[in-house]
Amino acid sequence: MFNSTFFFIIPLLSLLIFAVPKSLKYYFTLTLLLAGIVLTTLWSYGILAGADEVREYALFFLPYNTGIILTVDALAAFFILVINITVLTGLLYARCYLAPYQQKIEVFRFSVHYFSYIWLWLSMLLVVMLREGIAFLIAWEIMALSSFFLVIFEAEKRNILKTGISYLIQMHIGMFFILIAFLLVNKATGHMGFDALDSYFGLHPNLPVFLLFFTGFAIKAGFIPLHTWLPEAHPAAPSHVSGVMSGVMIKMGIYGMVRILASMQSDLLVTGIIILVISLLSGILGVMMAIVQHDLKKLLAYHSIENIGIIGIGIGLGMTGRALDNQLLSLLGFSGGLLHVLNHSLFKSLLFFNAGSVYRAIHTRNMERMGGLMRKMPWTAILFLTGSLAICGLPPFNGFISEYLIYMGMFTCLPEATLYHSILIIGSIAGLSLIGGLAIFCFTKAFGIVFLGEARSELVGHAREATKGMIIPQLFNVVLIMLIGLGSPLIVKPVFKLAVNIWDLDSQLFTRGSFVSNLSQISLAGGIFIVSLGTLLLYRSYHLSRRAVETGPTWGCGYTAVTPAQQYTATSFASNFNHIAKPVLRSTVLTEKIEEDEIFPGKRRFEFQSDDLFKKKLIDRPVGFVSGLLKKIAVMQTGQIRHYILYAFVFMLLVLLLSLFNII
Amino acid sequence: MAGFLLIVIAALFFPGVIIRTKSIASGRKGPGVFQPLKDIAVMLRKGSVFSNTTGIMFRMAPAVALATVVVAMLLLPFAENKALISFEGDFIFFAYLLALGKFFMIIGALDTGSSFQGMGASREALFSMIVEPAFFVLLATFAMFTGYTSFSVIFNHFYITGNDYVLIYSIIGAYLFVQIAMVENSRLPVDDPKTHLELTMVHEVMILDHSGFDKALIHTGTYLKFAIYGSLIYNLIVPAGWNTILKIVMFFVVQALFAVVIGITESFRARNKMNKNPKYILTLTSVALIAFMVILILTEKLV
Repeated sequence: MFNSTFFFIIPLLSLLIFAVPKSLKYYFTLTLLLAGIVLTTLWSYGILAGADEVREYALFFLPYNTGIILTVDALAAFFILVINITVLTGLLYARCYLAPYQQKIEVFRFSVHYFSYIWLWLSMLLVVMLREGIAFLIAWEIMALSSFFLVIFEAEKRNILKTGISYLIQMHIGMFFILIAFLLVNKATGHMGFDALDSYFGLHPNLPVFLLFFTGFAIKAGFIPLHTWLPEAHPAAPSHVSGVMSGVMIKMGIYGMVRILASMQSDLLVTGIIILVISLLSGILGVMMAIVQHDLKKLLAYHSIENIGIIGIGIGLGMTGRALDNQLLSLLGFSGGLLHVLNHSLFKSLLFFNAGSVYRAIHTRNMERMGGLMRKMPWTAILFLTGSLAICGLPPFNGFISEYLIYMGMFTCLPEATLYHSILIIGSIAGLSLIGGLAIFCFTKAFGIVFLGEARSELVGHAREATKGMIIPQLFNVVLIMLIGLGSPLIVKPVFKLAVNIWDLDSQLFTRGSFVSNLSQISLAGGIFIVSLGTLLLYRSYHLSRRAVETGPTWGCGYTAVTPAQQYTATSFASNFNHIAKPVLRSTVLTEKIEEDEIFPGKRRFEFQSDDLFKKKLIDRPVGFVSGLLKKIAVMQTGQIRHYILYAFVFMLLVLLLSLFNII
Repeated sequence: MAGFLLIVIAALFFPGVIIRTKSIASGRKGPGVFQPLKDIAVMLRKGSVFSNTTGIMFRMAPAVALATVVVAMLLLPFAENKALISFEGDFIFFAYLLALGKFFMIIGALDTGSSFQGMGASREALFSMIVEPAFFVLLATFAMFTGYTSFSVIFNHFYITGNDYVLIYSIIGAYLFVQIAMVENSRLPVDDPKTHLELTMVHEVMILDHSGFDKALIHTGTYLKFAIYGSLIYNLIVPAGWNTILKIVMFFVVQALFAVVIGITESFRARNKMNKNPKYILTLTSVALIAFMVILILTEKLV
C-alpha cells in the first residue's frame, strides 16, 4: 500500500484551469502534468527496474476494502511510460501550435481544451491502473469524453463537430461490448473486473467473452473493420491531439486486449488465429488505403491502422505460441508487439506533430497543394523524414527492431511447426513483408510530394519554418527513436522481461537465446552503415569541391516550358498502385469526358476519391436504413393535438385488451 | 571477409560480361569487358550539374544507396566462411537495408520535380516493394528446410541436411534470386535499361538528373548489387564443403553464368507491358509459395 494523495490532488487542481488567466493557462496545465508525470513515471520505474512486483495505491477518498485501488504491475508500468512520453511531448508542442488561436478563440474554449487534455492523460493512466470493472469503465468513459472535447476544438466547423459526434457514438458502442463482457463475468463469478477473469476463464468457455472484449477494445484500437472512426477523427483534431490519440489513446485498446489475453486459459489457438488474421487484414488494408489518401493527416491515420495491425500480428503470434506451448514464439511475438506499441507512439506522434507544423505553415492538409516545402521548412522536413524511415521499419531506426522481433518469432518457429501452423506463419511472413513494402511506397509518396519538388500552389510561397517551440519537442522523439534503433539491446531486455512477467514464460529464455548478441550485431551493422555513409558523404563533398559544379534546370526531355503543375502528384504517384488494388479500394474519379468533336478542350475538373469500403457497408448503410425507417414512422408526428390524444387512447385500449386476455 | 572481397572482384567484371553477351548475341563488335568501369572512371573525373529544384535529398540519395549496398555485402558469407556480420535473422536486416537505399533513391527522384522522374519513382517504388514477399517467403522456405535463420548458417547447412531433394531448392532458389535481382536492379523483363523513351523507363528515368560523381555511385551500387545476388545464387548451388580453389573458380563461373543469362534475356526478350509488371512480380511470390508447399510435402507435413 502506497499513498497516492498527491496524485488525486491533480484532478481537483485541474478545475482551477477555468480560473487561471488566459496567458497562464498553458503553464498551469504544464505544471500540473509535469508533477503528475514525474510521480507516475517514478511509480512505473520502480516496477520496471524490478524493485517491486506490484504496487498498490489507495484512492484517498475510498476505503481499501472496496477493491477500487490503483494497481501498477509491469504491464501498467510499461503503458504509463508510453502515455507519459507522448502526452508530455504533445503538450510541449501544443504551446506554439495553439498560439495563433490565442486571439481568435474565446477563453472558455481554451480552458475546456486544457482541462480535457489533463483529463485525457488522467483517464488513460486510470485505465491502465484500475482493475475493478465499474471503475475501469468510468475511466474508459472519461477517456472517450475528454478526447471528444479535444477533437471538437474547432467546433464552429460543422464537419468537425459531426465527426466528433460520430466518434463519440462509436466509442460508446465499443464500451457497450466491454460492459456486456464484464457483466457476464460478474454473473458467473460475483465479481466484476480484470481480477475476476482468471477464475472465470478457468471454469467457463473462453471464446465468447473474449470476442466481446475484443470487439470493444478493437473499436478503440482501430482494427479493421471497426476502424471507421479513426480516419475521420484524427484529421479533425488539432495536431497535438491527433498525436496523442494516435500515439497512445488507441493503444489503450491494445492494453485491454493484452489484459484479457493474459488471463485466458483455453481456446488459445483460436484466439491467436483470430487476432492474427484480423491484424493481417488491418495491416494490409490499412496501408493500402493510406497509399491513396491525399489528405496528409488522413494518410497518417490510416497508417495507425496499419501499425495497430503490426502490433496485433505480434500479439496474435504470441497467443499462437502460448497455445502451441512454444515459449520462444510467445516471447518474440509478445515483446515485438509491445515494443511496437512504444515505437509507434514515438514516430506516429512525431509525424502528426510534423503534419501540424505543415498545416500551420500553409493552412491546408491537401498534399496536392504542397511540394517543395523542404526549402522553406528544412527542419520539419528532416524530422518528417526520420519519422517516415522509422515507421517503414527501416534500419537503423526503431521500427525495424520491433518488426525484426516479430519476424524472428515467425522464422524461428517455422521448422517445428505443423502443417496448419506453418501455413498460418508463412501467410503472416508474406503479409508482414508486403505491409513493409507498401509502407515504403506510401511514405516515399508522402515525403516526396509534400516536401520535395516544386510548389504546387501559391500557399507554399508563404510558408515559414515551424518555430523552435514546435521543433524541439519533436527532437525529443527523434532522440528516443535513434536510441531504440541503435541501442536496441538495452531497450529490448526490459521488454523481454515484461513479456516474461505477463505471460509467465520461462525467465531463462532470453538469457539462454542469443537475442542480445543478435541485437548488438544489428546495432553494429547500423553503426557501420552510419559511419560508411558519413565517410562517403565527406569524400563526396571533397571530390565535388575540386570539380566544376553547375546548376541548371531539371532535365525536361527536350520540353522547356515545364510548370510545377506538371509534376507528379500524390494521386498520380499512387495511380499505378490504385490500378492493381481497385477491387479493394473502390476509388472513383470525378471528371468530365472530352468529347470527340472537341478540338480545343475547355477547362476540366479532376477529382480523385477513395471510399472506405467498410465505412460504407458497416456504418453508412445500417445508419441509412434506420434513419429511413424512422422517417417513415415520422408520419405519425402530425403536430395536431387531437391525433396525439388518439394515440394515447389507442395505447390505453391496447393495454386494456392485452390485460383482459392475460397477455401482460 | 572472403565473401566481401569476392563480391567486389565479381562486380568489376559483371556489367562487362552482360555487355559482351549482348553484343555477341546481336552480332555487334561491341565494347570491351571493362567499358563500364572506364565509364565510371570518366564520370569520376567529370564535374556535376545539379537541377535548381533539387536539394539535399537528391544529393544524398546515391551515397545512401551505395552505403546500404556496402553494408549488405558484409552480411553475405562465402561458402563455409562466415560473413563479417552474421546473426540470426540477418536476411531481414539485409532486405530492409536495401529497401532503405531504394527509399532514398525514390525520394531523390521526386526531389527533381520532374514528371518523368516522378513516374519512374512511382513505378520503381511499386515494383521493388511488391517483390519483398517473394524474398521473405523464399528465405522462410530455407529456414524451414535447414532449421536456421541466418545467411551464413543456412548456406552452410544447405547440403548437409541429409535431404535428398536439396536440388529442388537450389533450382527454385536460384531461379527466384535471378528474378528478384532483375526486379531489384531494374532489368528485363520488368524494365529495359537501354530504352530511349523516358515514358517507358523505370530506373533509368529516375536517375536522369544525376551526373558525375553521383552517377558513378549509382552505377557502382548497381554492379555490386548484381554481384550480391550472384553470390546468393552461388551459395545455393555450390556445396560449402568443396575444395577452396574449386569453390573460388565456381564462384566466378556462377557469377559469369548469371551475367550471361541476363545478357541473353535482354537480347531475346521484350520488356513486359508496364501494367503487366505487378502481376509478373507477384507471380514470383506464388512461385516462392509453391517452393514452400513442396517443403511441406518433403517434410511429410503435407501428405
